[in-house]
Amino acid sequence: MTTAIEVRGLTKRYRGTPVLRGVDLVAAQGEIVALLGSNGAGKTTTISILTTLAHADGGEAIVAGHDVRREPEHVRQRIALTGQSAAVDDALTGTENLVMLGRLSGLSPRAARRRAEELLGRFALEDAASRRVKTYSGGMRRRLDLAVSFVVTPQVLFLDEPTTGVDPRSRLDLWEVIRGLADAGTTVFLTTQYLEEADQLADRIAVLHEGRIARTGTAAELKAQFGTDMLVAEAPDGTPLAEVATDGSIDGVRHALAALEAAHPGARVQLRRPTLDDVFLALTAPGAAGPVTLREHA
Amino acid sequence: MTTLTTPMRADSPAPAVRPRLRGLAAERVFVRRSLILSLRDGETLSMSIMLPVALMLLFTFVFGGAIAGEGSYVDYVVPGIILLCAGFGAASTATYVSRDMSTGIIDRIRTMPLRPGAVLTGHVIASLIRNLLSTAVVFGVALLLGFRPTAGPVQWLGAAIVISAYILVITYLYAAIGLAAGSPEAAAGYGFILMFVPYLSSAFVPVETMPSWLQWFAENQPITPIIETIRGLLMGTPLGAQPAWALGWCVAILIASVLWGAWLFRRTRR
Repeated sequence: MTTAIEVRGLTKRYRGTPVLRGVDLVAAQGEIVALLGSNGAGKTTTISILTTLAHADGGEAIVAGHDVRREPEHVRQRIALTGQSAAVDDALTGTENLVMLGRLSGLSPRAARRRAEELLGRFALEDAASRRVKTYSGGMRRRLDLAVSFVVTPQVLFLDEPTTGVDPRSRLDLWEVIRGLADAGTTVFLTTQYLEEADQLADRIAVLHEGRIARTGTAAELKAQFGTDMLVAEAPDGTPLAEVATDGSIDGVRHALAALEAAHPGARVQLRRPTLDDVFLALTAPGAAGPVTLREHA
Repeated sequence: MTTLTTPMRADSPAPAVRPRLRGLAAERVFVRRSLILSLRDGETLSMSIMLPVALMLLFTFVFGGAIAGEGSYVDYVVPGIILLCAGFGAASTATYVSRDMSTGIIDRIRTMPLRPGAVLTGHVIASLIRNLLSTAVVFGVALLLGFRPTAGPVQWLGAAIVISAYILVITYLYAAIGLAAGSPEAAAGYGFILMFVPYLSSAFVPVETMPSWLQWFAENQPITPIIETIRGLLMGTPLGAQPAWALGWCVAILIASVLWGAWLFRRTRR
């Protein structure tokens, strides 16, 4: 398998504050990798460095076979970026936006027009093709923004929080689109703060925390490795009241039960499999990995 | 809401390498884009023509009677109105540039194998074309109001060159302001200040009528020699050293704006 992204020891300071403290990452060609992290974890900084927009202070990054620092032009010929803020012209129509990017990508006027038509169909925007983008809904605009990245199929596609600010219905549509893209051989590198999104989309998830990759793996691996079983105290009507992580040992469960009983005497108890949320909290909550930490539900 | 019914797997072409564009291909695309954006920005476009025309009517009919010395005031004021008009038209460049920098557009362009500065060239050339057109309209209205230039073909050509040079220079300055401003709104605000500079020159009244402290500024600021050059070419007033000063100022401001702009453009990388 060829490597699409290879990052070693990436560091970056922003106004004196370290943002990245040594990020290591690998993505194979055709893989969907999600960089998961909370706000301000350094996700956008990582994307900026990998897409040649910013220089790292230290470390090395190879994207699509070329060093981002030494051969940025070669990298730019092979990648596409759909950033957080829309990169389409409001005053132009959907077709005009796509044709313009086609021309900038070296297509002839005729080829650019044909490609625009294909993409409008593929991203379910035919009906809005000759309307100005100003009139588009948030979801349509996001789809056009993605379509623009596909005028020439990139080897590596970078998506910075692709579904932030998009309604749930459009989010499902976008996921469907993104899954389709990886099948043609494009590597998709996306950032997200939604665990569900990483769970649904990514072949592999890298959790970025405090400037380092705290853990990498498939969603299942992360859950198995990190999330412990949860004991949940419920009210008689089934409303969850509080939960405690256990390591599964008799002793652990005994302690967990004691903690729940003290907090909610007479409650019913359920065993729950871990979710990616639990993994994320275990990885990112400072010093919260103890066996008997009671989490009250609101 | 449109629902995606077809799975999007079938027709994805395999990943390809984007070619580097030859020559000025990217610049051509961006000039076209900027022209379309200006044409569809109806309010800005009509303001940049209507405002100078309204100002000309105001100066000729309302202030003209009080200001005029010897000769027709319309003959005196047209060169000033032309420069004012160019300033209005070019000011929107600051807003366009700032908008591109604050949306994701500039990031997308910078991650493509192009000269990213091409997007600025597009705005500058579009502003030049836009302003030459609105200048022509203002000239037309002036002729209807009784503006009677004495210029021959050579002088007309000279005036056209000076006006074009001024538009280019002021557009570059506005483009740099657009890069410096934090938001399109701020860019419009800074640009507005610059529009007052022509009032403090010989554009509307002879410098001699101003208080002496203001005279010094009015005589030595860049707009005055540019206006006097245009006036000299069109109306046959004495040119003296004005064309040399006008040229010097244009070159100086152009170089300063281009250097400032290039520095800002690099700096805005994160």
